[in-house]
Amino acid sequence: MVTEDSTMNDPRPRLAAGIRPAPDEPAQPYVRAEGVTRKFGEVAAVDDVTLEIYRGEVFCLLGGSGCGKTTLLRILAGLEPATTGRVLIDGEDVTGTPPFRRPVNMMFQSYALFPHLSVRNNVAFGLRQDGLPSRQINRRVASMLELVKLGPFARRKPHQLSGGQRQRVALARALVKQPKLLLLDEPLGALDRQLREEMQFELINIQQTLGITFVVVTHDQEEAMTLSSRIGVMHAGRIVQTGTPTQIYEYPRSRFVAQFVGSVNLFEGRVEERAPDHVLIASEKAGCTLAVEHVAQVAVGAPVAVAVRPEKLVMAHEPPGHEYNHIPAIVDEVAYRGGLSIYKLRIATGHTLHLTQPNRDRATVQRPAAHDAVFVSWHPASGVVLDS
Amino acid sequence: MSGRVPSGRALVIVGPYLWLLLFFLAPLAIVLKIAFSEALIAQPPYAPLFARSSDGALTIQLNFHNFLFLVRDDLYFRAYLNSARIALIATLLCVVLGYPVAYGIAHASPAARNVLLMLVILPFWTSFLLRVYAWIGILKNNGLINNLLMAVGIIDQPLVMMQTDFAVYLGIVYSYLPFMILPLYARLQRLDHTLWEAAADLGCRPHKAFLTVILPLSLPGVVAGSMLVFIPAVGEFVIPALLGGPDTLMIGRVLWDEFFANRDWPVASAVAIAVLILLVAPITVLQFTHGREAER
Repeated sequence: MVTEDSTMNDPRPRLAAGIRPAPDEPAQPYVRAEGVTRKFGEVAAVDDVTLEIYRGEVFCLLGGSGCGKTTLLRILAGLEPATTGRVLIDGEDVTGTPPFRRPVNMMFQSYALFPHLSVRNNVAFGLRQDGLPSRQINRRVASMLELVKLGPFARRKPHQLSGGQRQRVALARALVKQPKLLLLDEPLGALDRQLREEMQFELINIQQTLGITFVVVTHDQEEAMTLSSRIGVMHAGRIVQTGTPTQIYEYPRSRFVAQFVGSVNLFEGRVEERAPDHVLIASEKAGCTLAVEHVAQVAVGAPVAVAVRPEKLVMAHEPPGHEYNHIPAIVDEVAYRGGLSIYKLRIATGHTLHLTQPNRDRATVQRPAAHDAVFVSWHPASGVVLDS
Repeated sequence: MSGRVPSGRALVIVGPYLWLLLFFLAPLAIVLKIAFSEALIAQPPYAPLFARSSDGALTIQLNFHNFLFLVRDDLYFRAYLNSARIALIATLLCVVLGYPVAYGIAHASPAARNVLLMLVILPFWTSFLLRVYAWIGILKNNGLINNLLMAVGIIDQPLVMMQTDFAVYLGIVYSYLPFMILPLYARLQRLDHTLWEAAADLGCRPHKAFLTVILPLSLPGVVAGSMLVFIPAVGEFVIPALLGGPDTLMIGRVLWDEFFANRDWPVASAVAIAVLILLVAPITVLQFTHGREAER
């Protein structure tokens, strides 16, 4: 695992070691969007987005519906013109290039398979446009169908396939041209949960086998975390934060990101004291003074919010030894989820905290139950200071 | 009798079947009967098919003369071929004209789409006969077009448009174009627009995407529209009678003349039966093969 500190300081995106290939030349982005804006009438669906994507990575555009992530993807594909801004792929300006000349392929959310063509002909479609010799086409189609495990279905028509198989055809069709960039619009959105989780890993395997750069659009944060080397979180047409899944989750830079990706407890307050390695924040909402380590620039007196993830909170029947970050609370509700339990806790100021705790031991161990009085605390390195 | 209680479903089906039996199959049987009888100058103008001979036995007199006559006199075959040719060309013209219209309507905004569809259907509010008559006023030597062109000074002699094949084509295409547009529109409107994008994304230029993706997928609509235009156009009588010249030979007119001018009901019936067989046979084959394709 990469330590938190190095991910914070290293400007180069780091990939979880051993799982994914490192980007080739970190200094040289492979795909660049510069100040891309797309307006529909007065509304900017994509608003001044600048984005750098590295060779061989899986970059996820994560956001809610209507945040502009699909529009941005379509601009990269050339299916949607950018109102202003430039798109460069492998050093080449493709802003005005029509989709049929871009070295980019897309896997559509609806798959958009050609219903009148067999699986084989769907996959061969792109290669035929390039006028390759038929022997070469047959070979590449066959090996691609092998890769997505659709060999026995080559002669079927799309309507004779299951949803998961159609998804593979769409993937094979987009991959077979070996594009410089593969765009995937909610690639697993139409699959049921179990199949989706299976396909997430398969998708990563295929991506690594072929080494093609992926840009994935998704609204599912777990999917984004599983698939991607880096995530760009989008909101209202803008990219609000870019980083590795760890950076996004552990160091959200705004309240939006903190709340959109995972759940979070937020304490508004004012900076009381700045020390070299930590700051102290007085929070009325928390009802105590909060200590946070590793804080960049904040002025004393500035209004801020401290974000703490539910799994970072620790719950005990006895008060903890340390001075800061501990709040007495009453257990309001407990939701047992098997692997972990979710607790809703009420603190003295009337606010509710969310806490999750893994159920490491069998139920023989006494776990807090509803109406129990407990002490909630967390390590100063667990909180994040955000602009209020 | 199986003794089963007729279900509601059976009752629903019985109605249309009864209708078809009474008003389609029975008249057809009568026409078939007349086709096999002998012409008489009498009332009705044909001999009975079934007769009792003097010893009381039932005799059936089948007369194949009428059909032999159709084969011997090449007028009928020429008229049939000419009808098929005119209908085919008119159908092709309808495809060429109707496809862009249907495509345009299918891709218009929902509000504009309703207006455009309304405009396509609007002519049906006026009688078909009146609309064909109206073309006479437009096409004749001192009609709208000629008067206009002469007034502007483009021509000094009126263009002869009435009583030509041109007028017949114009009439057929004008009258049957909506029957091409509507099924084509229904088909095109259902096509997923992302198929265009997928084709473009895979390196297909727009014209090729149309030829390799959109056109094959809209073919069922083209076939349905072509049937609706071709079949009635072959047997068309009003348009060639009103707009065509004396040399516009169409089977519908021949049939009319046989029936009303010559009062030869048996030959007229034989013509009708022959046209039916020559039209129905190929189309049934086409529908059968295509229906299996479209079943998907």
